Amino acid sequence: MVKTIEVPALARVEGEGGLYISYEDGKPNEIKVNIYEPPRFFEAFLEGRYLQEVPDITARICGICPVAYQMSAVRAFEKALDIEMTAQTRLLRNLLYCGEWIESHVLHIYMLQAPDLTGHESAISLAEVAPERVTTALRMKKIGNQILKAIGGRSVHPVNACVGGWYRWPEVKELHALVPEIEWGLEQAIETVHWAVTLPYPELEVDYEYVALHHPAEYAVLEGDILSSHTGMITEEDFETHYLEKHMEHSNALHSYTNENQPYFVGPLARYNLNFEQLGALAKRIAAEVGVEPPLHNPYKGLIARAIETIESFDRAIRLIEDYNPAEPNTQPIKMRAGEGAAATEAPRGLLYHRYRINESGFVENARIVPPTAQNLARMEADLWQLAPIVYELPHEEATLTCEHLLRAYDPCISCATHFLTLTIEDK
Amino acid sequence: MTPIHKPSVAVYKFSSCDGCQLSILNLEDELLELTDMIEIAFFLEARRRVLPGPYDIGLVEGSVSTEEEIHKIKEVRQDCQLLIALGTCATAGGVQALRNFADLESFTQKVYPHPEYIHALPTSAPLSDHVQVDIELWGCPVNKYQVVELITAVLHKRRPNLPLSSVCLECKRRGNICTMVANGTACLGPITRAGCGAICPSMNRGCYGCFGPLPNAEIEAFIPHLKASERYPGEGTNLLRTISGNAPDFKEAAELLMRAEDS
Repeated sequence: MVKTIEVPALARVEGEGGLYISYEDGKPNEIKVNIYEPPRFFEAFLEGRYLQEVPDITARICGICPVAYQMSAVRAFEKALDIEMTAQTRLLRNLLYCGEWIESHVLHIYMLQAPDLTGHESAISLAEVAPERVTTALRMKKIGNQILKAIGGRSVHPVNACVGGWYRWPEVKELHALVPEIEWGLEQAIETVHWAVTLPYPELEVDYEYVALHHPAEYAVLEGDILSSHTGMITEEDFETHYLEKHMEHSNALHSYTNENQPYFVGPLARYNLNFEQLGALAKRIAAEVGVEPPLHNPYKGLIARAIETIESFDRAIRLIEDYNPAEPNTQPIKMRAGEGAAATEAPRGLLYHRYRINESGFVENARIVPPTAQNLARMEADLWQLAPIVYELPHEEATLTCEHLLRAYDPCISCATHFLTLTIEDK
Repeated sequence: MTPIHKPSVAVYKFSSCDGCQLSILNLEDELLELTDMIEIAFFLEARRRVLPGPYDIGLVEGSVSTEEEIHKIKEVRQDCQLLIALGTCATAGGVQALRNFADLESFTQKVYPHPEYIHALPTSAPLSDHVQVDIELWGCPVNKYQVVELITAVLHKRRPNLPLSSVCLECKRRGNICTMVANGTACLGPITRAGCGAICPSMNRGCYGCFGPLPNAEIEAFIPHLKASERYPGEGTNLLRTISGNAPDFKEAAELLMRAEDS
C-alpha cells in the first residue's frame, strides 16, 4: 500500500525546504529534509575581497540575523590580525547582538512557532482572537529593531560594524532614550515566559548532543570556547577538526556531524542547557519560578529557552546601555599582515562559525562559513526518525502539522526562498 | 450592504536572504492595519494558509538563479495582475549576482564538495530578464515605508511617491559634511538612488550602492572622482560590485573604472 500525504508548504520558516518520509510495512525506511534553497556561493565570491567589505557582504546571507554574520566575520579578521576588542567595542557589539536576539526571538516565538501551539495558521489569525498579545509581541520586536537601528543605522543589514570597531560611535543619549521602552519590553518578556509554559507542547524527549559557545563569566554570545555536552570544550580554532560537513544529494546545504559521526544540536535549547549558570540573576530567577530549569530535552520547548533568552537580552541591554561611555577611538588601527583567523558567535538560532585567510594586503584568500541551520539539519532528520512512527498513526493533517512544527521549532533559517515543503509518506 | 473587496496580495521568495520579506514583518506599527486593508493571500514566511490565485498584487523578493525559478517566475507573472519586484535581488540580481563576473564551475567547487549535486544557473538575474515587471522597488533591504507607500498608492490608484534623487540629497538633508569631499572617502552616493536615508555617509563611511543606480546618473563624470578616492587597489570597482553590481549602470561604471585603471 502506498500512502501519500502532500502538503503545499512549510510555512513560517526562513527558507526553502522539503521533507520526505517513506514507510515499509508501517515502519519508516527513508527520511530526508530537503533543502531546495538555491545556492548563492558566498564563500567563493568573498575571495579577493578586501576585509572591510566582508561584513557588508556576509550580512546578506541572512536578513533575519545579519548581525551574527557581521560579528563572526569581524571577530575572525581581528583574530587574524591580533586585534583585541576594546571594552566599549565589546559592549556595543553585545548590545547590537541583544537587538538581533530580541527581534529574531520575538518573531520566532510569536509569529513562527506560537501559532502551532495555539491552533492558528499565523499570527495574523491569532490577532483576530487575541489582538493584545500580537500587538504586544510586535512592540517587543520593534524594540529589538530600534536597538539595531540606533547602533547600525537600520535593522536589516545594519552598516556600522567594521573590523577594528565601528565607523562611528552612536550617541549616548540616543541609546539612553531607548531604556524606558526596553524596561517595558523586559516586563513583557517575563510575561511571555509565564505564558509560554502554559502552552501544550507535543511530547518528545531526545538525548541530544548540545553544542554552544561557552564563556565562564557571561551567557556566551560574542566570544568564548566551544562546549559540547558530550565531548567537552575546544577552542574556536579546533572547530573544523571536531565538526565536519557532508554534502548530501538531496540538499543544497551541507549537513554537519561531529567527528564521531553524530548529529548535534545548536541553538537556544543547547545554550540553555549548557550555559544556564551564566544567565543573569533575573532570567535564572524566572526560570526557577516557572519550573523550567535545565535539563530541557524536548525540541518543541526550545520556545521556552528562547523566551528566557529574551528576558536575558532585554535585561542585558539595559545594563549595557548604562555602561556605555565611549571615550576611546571608535576604531583601532589595523597593522595589515597575512594570516588566518577563526571565530564563532551565537546567532539567534545557534553557533555560527567563520574562518578567513588573508594576504599581506588584507584581501581574502579563503573563506569558510558554517551556519547554524546546516549544523542542525542532520539533527532534524534524526528527530524525524524518532517522530515518524508516531506520525504514521496520526490523521493526515495532524501528522503533517507535527512534522512541520518540529522543523519550525528549530527556527531554521534556510535563508532563502520558502517554497514548498512536500511531505510524502509512502508505504511500500 | 455590499461586501468590500480587499485586494489580494501574494508575497513570493526567490534567491535572496529573506530581508525584504522581513521588512514587511518589521512594519510593527502598520502591519495589523495593513492586513485590514489587504488580504494577504499567500505569504509563506508569515502564514500557513494559502488562498488560491489569481492575486491582485504580487510582491516578489529575490533573483532568478535556477532553472526552476525561471518556470516559477513565469507562473507568478500569470497569477498576479500587478507584479512588483521587491528589493535589489529582484531588480538587479542582488549580491549573488557577483557570480556573474566569475566562472560558476570554479565557484561550485569552492563551496560544495559534490558540485554535481548543484543545479544553478551561471548567472543571477533580475525578474525583468524573464518576465514583465510593473513596478520596481530598490533597496537591500527595501525601505519598509516605501513598501507601505507603494501598496497605499496602488490601492488608491495613484502614482507612488518614491524619491527620484541621489543619496546625496538625503545626505545634505541630514546635515552631513560630504565624506567624499572632506575625507576623500570613496562613496557611491552621487550615483545611487535615494531611499536608505544616507545611513552610510551618516556613519562616516562611503555608500556602497545597495539602492542601485540613480536613473540618468552622470556615471562618466563620476568615475575619475571615485578612482581618486581609492584607498586600496580595486576599491571603487568593489564598491560598485557589492550589492547592485549587476545593475546595467553600475556594471558599465565598473568596466569604465577598470579601463581607467589599466590605462
